[in-house]
Amino acid sequence: MKQLLILSGKGGTGKTTIASGLIKLAEVKAYADCDVDAPNLHLSINQNTDPHVSDFYGLDLANINKETCILCGKCFDNCRFHAIKFDEYYEVDPYACEGCSVCEYICPVNAITMKERVIGVTKVYSNYHVFSTAQLRMGSGNSGLLVTEVKKGLAPYKNKCNLSIIDGSPGIGCPVIASISGVDMILVVAEPSLSGYHDMLRIIKTSHGFPSIVSVCVNKCDLNKKLTDDIINYCTENKIPFLGTLPFDERVLETINNGLTIADMDSPLKHDLEEILEKILNILDLKGDKNL
Amino acid sequence: MKIAVLSGKGGTGKTLVATNLSFSINNSLYLDCDVEEPNGHLFFESPLISSVDVSLPIPRVIDEKCDGCMKCVDFCKFNALAYVGNKVLVFDKICHSCGGCKLVCPHDAIYEEERVIGKIESRKYGGVDVHTGILNPGEESGTKIISRLMEIAKSKREEITVIDSPPGSSCVVMDSIKDADYCIIVAESSIFGAHNLEMVHELVLLFEKPMGVVLNKTTNGINPSKLYCENNNIPILLDIPFSKKINAISSSGVLISEEDEKYKIMFTNLLKKITGGEIS
Amino acid sequence: MLIGIPCNIKDLNSAVGESFGRSNYYLIYDTENNNSNFVINHASNSQGGAGVKAAQVIVDNKVDALITPQLGENAAIVLKAADIKIYKSILGTLIENISALKKDELPSLMEIHQGYHGHQ
Repeated sequence: MKQLLILSGKGGTGKTTIASGLIKLAEVKAYADCDVDAPNLHLSINQNTDPHVSDFYGLDLANINKETCILCGKCFDNCRFHAIKFDEYYEVDPYACEGCSVCEYICPVNAITMKERVIGVTKVYSNYHVFSTAQLRMGSGNSGLLVTEVKKGLAPYKNKCNLSIIDGSPGIGCPVIASISGVDMILVVAEPSLSGYHDMLRIIKTSHGFPSIVSVCVNKCDLNKKLTDDIINYCTENKIPFLGTLPFDERVLETINNGLTIADMDSPLKHDLEEILEKILNILDLKGDKNL
Repeated sequence: MKIAVLSGKGGTGKTLVATNLSFSINNSLYLDCDVEEPNGHLFFESPLISSVDVSLPIPRVIDEKCDGCMKCVDFCKFNALAYVGNKVLVFDKICHSCGGCKLVCPHDAIYEEERVIGKIESRKYGGVDVHTGILNPGEESGTKIISRLMEIAKSKREEITVIDSPPGSSCVVMDSIKDADYCIIVAESSIFGAHNLEMVHELVLLFEKPMGVVLNKTTNGINPSKLYCENNNIPILLDIPFSKKINAISSSGVLISEEDEKYKIMFTNLLKKITGGEIS
Repeated sequence: MLIGIPCNIKDLNSAVGESFGRSNYYLIYDTENNNSNFVINHASNSQGGAGVKAAQVIVDNKVDALITPQLGENAAIVLKAADIKIYKSILGTLIENISALKKDELPSLMEIHQGYHGHQ
């Protein structure tokens, strides 16, 4: 099963809008939402079944036993993350605690223990297809491992279909790197703005360390023709496959808000996306494949 | 007064609001806390005044004092240490700088050395004192950079500080709003936007900060974010309709409030709504 | 010689584990007496630094040669510091890979990937 990952570098370029459109157009049976901080794909691709939900554990959380605590303040003094608060009692701030366990070690009366902590949930929907997603709880730290769990959710379909599409997270951090690992192709969705160009460069740089094929498309291209051209030129100069442009279409908002995708629209946009999909399938050697 | 500008997802116009709000105020401080992808400085293009490295303490081992007991390796919850070939190896980028290994070493064989993880660049643009936090690619946590930015805020005399927070609701967002007096949440009118508005709303409630929403890129259709605000009694401070003109100006890295007086007035009015007209 | 191979089931006829850092177990195989021992990989559910911790497990079990499909940067640093030889696995079972190594048919692992951390 080949994997296509959609990334953006910057938020708001239309990554999820394009991912959902490609998923519907290609009729893939395996897809995932790796934007575990702010998952949105499920809002565009309706699921008919209940998912299999599993707790996802992070690093343990420190816990202070008020009865045993002698208020010496050693935990407070040694916590590098300002996670110990004092207000009548010493208490751990669960949003600041990184689970290092220095406080547990340093407490002279063993009043502190490290306890299991759920920092999110994974959800896998399977019903003739598989959709793997997750939600990280707010205030949680890096979610690279959760992203890996989401991708693992697709594994049972490895031999059942030839293409899976993954909606990645914005940015260039650990979760993005975790999502890039092992994918065959990356489509960077860029927007024609100065910030968008800037962030596209960063994500391309991040992706180039991996063996995946990197490609680019420009969304909302007509909002700034000069920057669209700059992006195309950059790709040409750097031999990065440029797969196409998509114009801004104000009807996209309504379509998305109705829980539909670009593939459901009667618009030149759909045609442009079909062309991009064709190029993707060519690059991945899946052209004409009936078992996507 | 410290005003944090947040958004549940990227691309809603958080930086548009934060940068233009700063510019429209005489004598303001702008802190770009979106350290992974700082964009504010693109709108405040001016010569660099200073660049200060931000570092974290990383353990180093004095091999002669180490007897291979491995207490440090066993203690480290982040797996940043290994003992191999009769030496302790430290993996800098995995280390969270908790100081635990140094504490547990029975032979005083561990000391700490500062390692640069990013920097803060300072500029001046008109009446705005601009400070940008930048996290080096590959680094795990921007928390230290954000605390440094907050320290800058404490030491400055400007009336208004605008904090450009990272998008989402992860721990770095929390770091950036901890000291804020008011939170502006910027939301766009798609269901994606409304879904993420809900998450950020929950976060701001947790921190018990006064808040208001700026609806951006609104159209004539149903606005799920607006509905969410109405259903949850969140004041809507400003409604910015989608405009190709705003997009064209902004996408070129130009402040709309600098380009057109009417936008400057729009942001000045936004500030008045927040401060009750006491500060201008 | 002690050979280490990542795997997910404690069965010599099972497949080699796909991920060095996150496999459930390591087979530790002694070529001198053909003894097999499966040790738990405590790194499999680590938040981070899985490669480092997994490599430490291999080092602590006094492995001489590791057979794996892939290896991250951090794990490679630990294993190389311990002079452990690293071979690229072939598609097949644990026992098939061990036979291949005994017959000198396995190539050295040349590509070390970036891993999840330390990427620049």
